[in-house]
Amino acid sequence: MRFALVQLRDRNAAEDAVQDTLLAAIQGASQFAGQSTVRTWLVGILKHKIIDGIRKTARERPVESRAEAEGAEGVEAFFADDGHFAEPPGEWAGPERSLEESRFFEALERCLQSLPKKTASAFTLREMMGLETDEICKELGISASNCWVMLYRARMSLRACLERSWFNPGSGEAA
Amino acid sequence: MAFRLSCKEASKLISEGMDRRLSFPERIGLRLHVRICDACTRFTSQVNFLRKALKAFPGPDDSEGR
Repeated sequence: MRFALVQLRDRNAAEDAVQDTLLAAIQGASQFAGQSTVRTWLVGILKHKIIDGIRKTARERPVESRAEAEGAEGVEAFFADDGHFAEPPGEWAGPERSLEESRFFEALERCLQSLPKKTASAFTLREMMGLETDEICKELGISASNCWVMLYRARMSLRACLERSWFNPGSGEAA
Repeated sequence: MAFRLSCKEASKLISEGMDRRLSFPERIGLRLHVRICDACTRFTSQVNFLRKALKAFPGPDDSEGR
């Protein structure tokens, strides 16, 4: 449920995806060939339902998304006029250890929520679902270069957000 | 594109390199830049860590019912 929620950003849509998954699983139970575990099978269905959900919202909000997909404005703020980092990336202490802390993933989830919706969709499709860029373009109805820009912006924002909220809390507050 | 990249151009290429195959000149320019730039070296390892973190995100495997 949380997995779906992070990606769909909407409790109703996430509940729908989980419900659809269970329904599809019941209907398709005979097709379950036993080649994978039940869990992997269910997760596979859930991923399809999440993509369906994202596709649906992408269709419903073409106007908002067109504005969002344009340009790299969001990235300008991270750089000085001469193209240097306004605030160079800081040292991250023991990032690997963070992966064992559930509080880290809560921080990550909050950072994901702070992204514009479509940017977050593109990013989770890419990094959680492992979709290729051309598939993401198709799902979200954007061009490949827009897609790269959105992923770039997502990485810039998430990196800065995690640095602020997790790795170096306290620093950068004054800026 | 000149060989001398700014951090802004370099970071964009670092990100795009995770999503598409960079051209030969792009790869050369990026390598020359990253070699002398601590900020972009960090940026590279941090966005790679991001990818790893998203893959490790508590999935349906262990978040159900929490």
